[in-house]
Amino acid sequence: MTDPAGRITGLVGALRAHGVRIGTGETVDAARAVEALGLADRDLLREGLAATLLHGAAQRAVFDPVFDLYFPRGVGGPDGGPTDRETLRDRLAEALAADDGASLARLAAQAVDGLGGYGSSPRSDGWSAYQTLERLRPQTLLARVRDDLRARAGDGAFADRLLDDEIRRRIEEFRRLVGAEARRRVAERRGRDEIARRGVRPTADRVDFLFAGRDQLAELRRTVQPLARKLATRLAARRRRAARGTVDLRRTLRSSLSTGGVPMRPVLRRRRPVRPELVLLCDVSGSVSGFSDFTMLLVQALHDQFSKVRVFAFVNRLDEVTGLLDHGRADPEGLGARIRDEATLTGWHGSSDYGMALGEFAERYGAAVGPRTTVFVLGDARTNRSDPNLPAVREITRRARRVYWLNPEPAGQWGTGDSVAPAYAELVEMHECRTARQLGGLVGRLLPV
Amino acid sequence: MFTSVDDVSARLAETGYLASPAVATTVFLAARLGKPLLVEGPAGVGKTELAKAVAQVAGARLVRLQCYEGVDESRALYEWNHAKQLLRISAGRDETWDDTRTDIFSEEFLLPRPLLTAIRGDEPTVLLIDETDKADVEMEGLLLEVLSDFQITVPELGTVTATRRPFVVLTSNAGRELSEALRRRCLFLHIGFPEEELERRIVRLKVPGLSEALTESVVRVVGALRAMDLRKAPSVAETVDWARTLLALGADTLDETVVRDSLGVILKHQDDIHKAAAKLDLDAL
Ligand SMILES: Nc1ncnc2c1ncn2[C@@H]1O[C@H](COP(=O)(O)OP(=O)(O)O)[C@@H](O)[C@H]1O
Ligand SMILES: [Mg+2]
Repeated sequence: MTDPAGRITGLVGALRAHGVRIGTGETVDAARAVEALGLADRDLLREGLAATLLHGAAQRAVFDPVFDLYFPRGVGGPDGGPTDRETLRDRLAEALAADDGASLARLAAQAVDGLGGYGSSPRSDGWSAYQTLERLRPQTLLARVRDDLRARAGDGAFADRLLDDEIRRRIEEFRRLVGAEARRRVAERRGRDEIARRGVRPTADRVDFLFAGRDQLAELRRTVQPLARKLATRLAARRRRAARGTVDLRRTLRSSLSTGGVPMRPVLRRRRPVRPELVLLCDVSGSVSGFSDFTMLLVQALHDQFSKVRVFAFVNRLDEVTGLLDHGRADPEGLGARIRDEATLTGWHGSSDYGMALGEFAERYGAAVGPRTTVFVLGDARTNRSDPNLPAVREITRRARRVYWLNPEPAGQWGTGDSVAPAYAELVEMHECRTARQLGGLVGRLLPV
Repeated sequence: MFTSVDDVSARLAETGYLASPAVATTVFLAARLGKPLLVEGPAGVGKTELAKAVAQVAGARLVRLQCYEGVDESRALYEWNHAKQLLRISAGRDETWDDTRTDIFSEEFLLPRPLLTAIRGDEPTVLLIDETDKADVEMEGLLLEVLSDFQITVPELGTVTATRRPFVVLTSNAGRELSEALRRRCLFLHIGFPEEELERRIVRLKVPGLSEALTESVVRVVGALRAMDLRKAPSVAETVDWARTLLALGADTLDETVVRDSLGVILKHQDDIHKAAAKLDLDAL
């Protein structure tokens, strides 16, 4: 393998581009690790570089595909001529039944080579994992592999009822291998630096809420608890800082009278010992539900930081869902569906109407907001051309300690089409909040302590 | 300490610890680069056990600082033995105060705690700072200082510098996010649930009497449970417990009744037991 130092630098650059913070100290350690481990065994190298460069388990999801590009399994296509689709499917079925990782990797390479190529001119050609999998359709092998295994084992064993899920996981692993192989081949053509930045899926916390798929949302839900713990630490630190207090100038001067007017001891202002209250107003309509569901779960996980948390959901009507959220701890993935089932969120049409919903809040639940309350409104402020009802927002800001608006759309799109974001942003502090990472930062900064 | 990654695996295995390639590689590097090792992962995956096993194969003494909420300098670094100091003061009535003071702040009255203990002394040492996430943030500052210079200052006695740096293992269950600064000091190792093959080997090693077929089934069922998104997924410790239970019950295959009756050994929450029973198509409990 040529120039390991160059590869480490490239790898580090790509990881940094994905938001992994790596200092020069770690880079030096990585080089020493490569020296100590040698280049012969890729698996050891992978673990050694991960140990020196990463600081947390979540970073591994982006590290592995990037590593595969800078320290690839090999160069070029697989040995031997092209393999046709039916032969590939037969071999794949066997490898899945045997749970043979090495075979799966070899077959992934053959599949991409045989089925994944597109284009013919050197500038527009490449390899596509999507096309490979569409043609090969590994998921359709499930029944065949299961029957094969059942026939071999003789039936009746209890663990056989796990078989379907086990095979599904192996197929999932094969799909991942195909993705990695296609990226490797494309990187040979277009340069690994570019593919490592654009072709590797960012960690879930950097995916736009508005575009996150089902599995990414599921991955995000699993990060709620760790993120909440991190934020709790941060809030505690802010609370400690705030408790130290600011200098009370008047009282400092008054007490300085005993020292001849020279202020010897600063008098610190005492802080209110009560914890703040939080109210959440969440647009849960289809377009932004991924964002609001995640935020609600996060706030639920942080509820012991506040003396009171109340959560309201709306589409064009608004209803309190605090109780649903409370019971939702056991089943976070069902939260959104439960809210949409059990709360009254729509009147005689199904699209968002911020004006109606905010008006209903001010009217029916105005008492939920007092001088200790911080209000967060979550939504894209796309109100389907109905009246934004600015007076209702003014009324809420008048009663609350603070009002913030978190908008999952890029700030560049505020005010386009039916978005009334700029009008609301004149009345309340509005922040762009597109990803879980951004949300974590905002929540850590804006939540009252 | 070790000649190669394989050497690490082989010697750990002799003590009864079966290391994944990731574990063996990282332990090897921590020894080679002389950096502390931060091991993170769920409960019961062998983090504490790893530190003990490393101490054993290295022929090193194991010094353990068990962290908990409120652990402080006097528990982690050192403390003066006040009772003994008082006795000494009242015993020596006709000395000058200066003499007494010099005497009571001497070695004899010092109670060294794990961090100081690990830094003093010349013998090879493994310092295990266990469950670091349970300690308060202030403790991290102290650890960072000690792990940076490997020296501790006792104002009355002077500065103690390690003549031989201990092999340091910090563990964390990620109950609290450790600071970036502390993480940067360390090599990072995440131990998750083991691959099936490794877990079978662990079961064979810990519960040698269990039949091969049953060993395989146990590991498969545990794997399925881990994929279920339970409140507390079963760990290696539970797998081993379950295997022991099955052996004690004299079960020779895994069937519906056996699984239903022993699910409580692997799952600790009632909701989890119900969820798992439903997904495994067991009759209602
Ligand atoms: N790789 C392994 N090899 C041997 N035993 C293991 C391994 N992993 C876990 N165990 C077993 O699991 C149990 C729990 O390990 P422990 O170190 O206490 O977990 P943790 O500190 O991660 O919570 C130990 O009794 C140990 O026997
Ligand atoms: Mg432990």
